[in-house]
Amino acid sequence: MKVAVLKGGRSLERGVSLRSGARVEDALDRLGHEVQPIDVGGDLVKRLTGERPDVAFVAMHGVGGEDGTAQELLEILGIPFTGPGAAACARCMDKSLAKHLIREAGVPTPDWFAFNQAAFRELGAADALTELERSLGFPLVVKPSRGGSSLGIKFAAAESEVPQALVAAFSYDDRVLLERFVDGRELAVSVLGDEALPVVEALPAEGDRYDFEARYEIGRTRFVCPAELSEAEERAVVEAALATYRALGCTGFARVDLILDEDGPWVLEANAIPGLTDTSLLPQAAEAAGLSFERLVERIVDLAPKPATA
Amino acid sequence: MSIRHTSPMSEVPQPPHRRRAHTSTRDLERYAALFAERTKVMRSSAMRDLMAITARPEVISLAGGLPDTSTFPPQSFAAQMTRIAQNNSAEALQYGPTEGFEETKDCILQVMAAEGMLPDPEDVIVTTGGQQAIDLIAKTLVDPGDVVICEAPTYPGAVPVFCSYQADVIQIECDSEGMKVELVEAALDRLAREGRRPKFIYSVPTFQNPAGVTMSLERRARLVELARMHELLIVEDSPYGLLRYSGEALPPLYQLDGGDFVIYLGTFSKILSPGIRLGWMVAPPPVMEKVVLGKQASDLCSSTLTQFFVREYFAEGRWRQYIEDLVEIYRARRDTMLAALHEHFPAEATWTEPEGGLFIWATLPSYIDTGDLLAKALRADVAFVPGQGAFVDGRGGSSMRLNFSGVTEDEIREGIRRIGKTIDEQVGLYEALTSGSATSSAPARAQESDMDAPDLPRPGVAGSAKDDQTVVPFRKASEAG
Repeated sequence: MKVAVLKGGRSLERGVSLRSGARVEDALDRLGHEVQPIDVGGDLVKRLTGERPDVAFVAMHGVGGEDGTAQELLEILGIPFTGPGAAACARCMDKSLAKHLIREAGVPTPDWFAFNQAAFRELGAADALTELERSLGFPLVVKPSRGGSSLGIKFAAAESEVPQALVAAFSYDDRVLLERFVDGRELAVSVLGDEALPVVEALPAEGDRYDFEARYEIGRTRFVCPAELSEAEERAVVEAALATYRALGCTGFARVDLILDEDGPWVLEANAIPGLTDTSLLPQAAEAAGLSFERLVERIVDLAPKPATA
Repeated sequence: MSIRHTSPMSEVPQPPHRRRAHTSTRDLERYAALFAERTKVMRSSAMRDLMAITARPEVISLAGGLPDTSTFPPQSFAAQMTRIAQNNSAEALQYGPTEGFEETKDCILQVMAAEGMLPDPEDVIVTTGGQQAIDLIAKTLVDPGDVVICEAPTYPGAVPVFCSYQADVIQIECDSEGMKVELVEAALDRLAREGRRPKFIYSVPTFQNPAGVTMSLERRARLVELARMHELLIVEDSPYGLLRYSGEALPPLYQLDGGDFVIYLGTFSKILSPGIRLGWMVAPPPVMEKVVLGKQASDLCSSTLTQFFVREYFAEGRWRQYIEDLVEIYRARRDTMLAALHEHFPAEATWTEPEGGLFIWATLPSYIDTGDLLAKALRADVAFVPGQGAFVDGRGGSSMRLNFSGVTEDEIREGIRRIGKTIDEQVGLYEALTSGSATSSAPARAQESDMDAPDLPRPGVAGSAKDDQTVVPFRKASEAG
């Protein structure tokens, strides 16, 4: 089969995407496919129409590749592609929208408020901050609404730290979330097809509790898979993840991030195109399920919808 | 004769390659168990990914540290290499002495003489760039846990070197006259009370990277005196000494000391080419003996071919003229950047006014994190180096390094304009967030030029220097009229 691997692009997560893409290409090559690596740029449509791949493997992260933009183009061109469709990607990418949909589906997600810059600049939203902070409590988490990895996510331990955290988060997106901080175990559930893979638990090193960057560095966060959970806990976590996956309309695969505390699981977000690097969580979960990286890639390609008959 | 750039792979038939099986998580863990303790401080991070994006062609990058090699005449380069091929082909393709060729040392002595230094050629070793010299020094002198004193901010490329030898780094604040030597004294006293002393003091006293400041004569004299008094080594890193655009030249520490306690590092990178990877070190004989052994273990010798190139180039006798040409170009670029900063940066910002070198260091209100600012600036296709890399303890979060040597004047004006606009947006937003009655209890950080790092938790705070030293502002934009 002719498989185009879409990677790179202009997103801030370009580096991770290139690593994901390279690894996928390697696996596809071993599986005997004809691989066409595409570093996504201005010539994307030209290349796709010229090379007419049988399927496109989307290994892009962040704005431009994970938000539905590339997927929309692929849908228009009638090229089947891996992972969720354009609409599902757009829903996952917008954390505020995703949380609304998750909550409507009856899945717990921590309380939050979302603002765009204009609310502060033009509507005096700053005057509502105290009220809102009282309702969320401290510490609270401030994060850009769109964007993956750890960039721009800050803790605010007190009222005085909120403006600075907001300025940071607004550097990445025009919309930010203030979210109640849930202190609990950090879990990730990767969903492949309609099935949940074994749950991964992230155990940050002592002292890195509040450092989001540490999560992406070898040696600073330890991952346990399958996570040690009671049967009831595991059932609740997996159910919440699958309900989230369905609520957002995901197909193919996705990764759902959750926190587990004494009240049960809280869904934070879903990633439409989880990382596929050698330290990423989806491949780790697949491995724990006895699925080698090659078989994982093969399965992801198999799950890509057949060509639309439009 | 013209020199064409061709892609090295485009004309060579590619051999069928065997690809390594992908690494599984388990493989990674297996390797992780093998890694040396010192690799744990070498970090990859999201920020490094961000820096990788600055290389996009549409980005105006003020993030580099690059000399403008397009100013070097290609025909001159071609003629020298041709002469080498005709006259010294076999020799130039051979290994050379670990210490470097005597002829290379002659060139080095010429450069040092131009700055007022007359070292014994026996004390000189040719290194693979100035970077190797820093590595060799650390390798020779530092055991894990040993103290190294350097400036705050310090050369960002020295930080991973010191960290990889597991040095305990103490950073001493700078102001417009360079490292505050009285704080070095205080640090030495404090260390003495703990029964410790530093292995060496690392300084870039002239046109410092990244701060652009130059250590005053008084402080130079005092620092050298301290070294003699305490029998400490100073490592004087001086890549830019001859690139002076204004003011009077000051004597290098090496000259003031006479070479007893000062190890001097120089490089051809900024006065000729960084691509030839040639630098040098001047050190007292006992130190040199160990350094030579260290270099032998590292790479046997520096490039023979490029040492021949340097020899040919200096034989032409135009090297001083080339530096003068560079000085003209860089002076104009520095002036352009300073003017653009006055025009486009907000009144709360401060920056240094370097008399030479390649960099300006700008500091913003403490509520702005320049790492986050870079992400925003990249959307406007402009880049700089966030300040945090110049510190080992998480400080510098509100500062940035701006390079003016590797970009045209037009690019400088446009780049600074875009960064200024990005900052303005953040300042405006912060004001909107703090001016309301709701957050009146927020500390008024913006109004004071306190340069403390933000209060958010930071990775790897090792900071013995965290509490008592901060980087003071150098000059307020508002004072400049």
